[in-house]
Amino acid sequence: MADIDLSKADANFRKELLAQPGGEKIAACFTCKTCTASCPVSAVNNRFSPYRIIRLALFGLKEEVLKSDFIWFCSSCYACQERCPQGVCITDFMTLLKNMAIKAGHAPAGIRAQRDLIKGQGRIYAIDEFDNKKRNKIDLPSLPTTCEVVKILFPES
Amino acid sequence: MKYALFLGCTIPARSRQYELSARKVAQRLGIELVDVGEFVCCGFPAKASDLKSAMILGAYNIALVEKQGLDLCALCSSCTSQLTEVVHHLAHDDQAKAEVNEALARVGLRYDKGVRVRHFARVLYEEIGKEEIKKHLTKNLEGLRIANHYGCHYLKPSEIYENFDQVEDPHTLDELVALTGATVVDYPNKKRCCGGPVLPVDEKTSLAVAKEKLDDIRDAGANAINLVCPFCSVMYDSNQKGIETAFNATYNLPVLYLTQLLGLAMGFDRKELGLNMNVVKTKDALAKYAGGD
Repeated sequence: MADIDLSKADANFRKELLAQPGGEKIAACFTCKTCTASCPVSAVNNRFSPYRIIRLALFGLKEEVLKSDFIWFCSSCYACQERCPQGVCITDFMTLLKNMAIKAGHAPAGIRAQRDLIKGQGRIYAIDEFDNKKRNKIDLPSLPTTCEVVKILFPES
Repeated sequence: MKYALFLGCTIPARSRQYELSARKVAQRLGIELVDVGEFVCCGFPAKASDLKSAMILGAYNIALVEKQGLDLCALCSSCTSQLTEVVHHLAHDDQAKAEVNEALARVGLRYDKGVRVRHFARVLYEEIGKEEIKKHLTKNLEGLRIANHYGCHYLKPSEIYENFDQVEDPHTLDELVALTGATVVDYPNKKRCCGGPVLPVDEKTSLAVAKEKLDDIRDAGANAINLVCPFCSVMYDSNQKGIETAFNATYNLPVLYLTQLLGLAMGFDRKELGLNMNVVKTKDALAKYAGGD
């Protein structure tokens, strides 16, 4: 990972984050690294480190945070959030960063695909007649094979 | 006792054995499960891309249940946490509720107070209770050594779950499994995540997270894993072979749902519990306890 380049800092980014759900308490972080020590992903891949993402964000390194692939490594397990001695809602903060990154046009293909599936067919795995046959064979009820309601709920997608 | 049964996306398509065994166990215990055909995704997988859409999806499902005057029971831990979180959030945020209702009005629904959302295992632990469950168990599973995987969203975030279990020292699944006569095996990193949500982002990292736990469970001498979430099951059951290949390891650990394990102790046979549908073969480990395949 490259050194932190503060010349790229955007002072407004910190304010922007502090004003949104999930970002309110990040300024309380005192870098104890309990989050990283608790993180199941950091345990197997040291490129991901929650405390480092919080520091980068507080320094105002907007581009570096939102363009990076490592915010997507958060498994949203809440281990860090449950243990943070400063009450930082770290998992919620990661979700906020992911939402902002998507809006800025940065998202892994798998995440985009999940979003499109849900907004297109209402489910991650659509049910077809073949599924219903397999369900009926073991006395499970059939489920609808189409879903129109998501198109009405999300007309803009 | 009556609940709307929320299946979510993964269970009806990829974990039918969970649904099958849960319905059997519920029926035996007198829990009436009502099917709601109009349910869509709970919204959990949409959280990363857009919290607001995730909230609308969750609220839509809850409004359907609210309209029927029921409470909601989910089998998947991620669905449970997402739907519980929506109820928790909308109880304190009138503006978000108004936004949600603007979308729901287009499909003729309204979110008012929300409903009680419960994981099936929590219903068993809190509402049916150990004493009552015990009355229905006819077969002793003595000799089985079970490692419980609690997963994350069955317990967390704790603020939405009224501390029904303890995040740092969970016990509800241990107590339910112990009812069957099986031995509950403790192991390091018991509270750790399965790694599932990282799968669409980086498969290698995701499998590495799951591998650590499989190592610990095998080394603790368990002969099966018990869990309560289809997403965790995808990681440990469906992907176990892939993990063995990727990391040159051997586990051969059957992965059971709590409802399959309780169903066994209730005397249901293999087919009735869908034990033939688990990916890692369950036959040898359960040969002493289960007939009917």
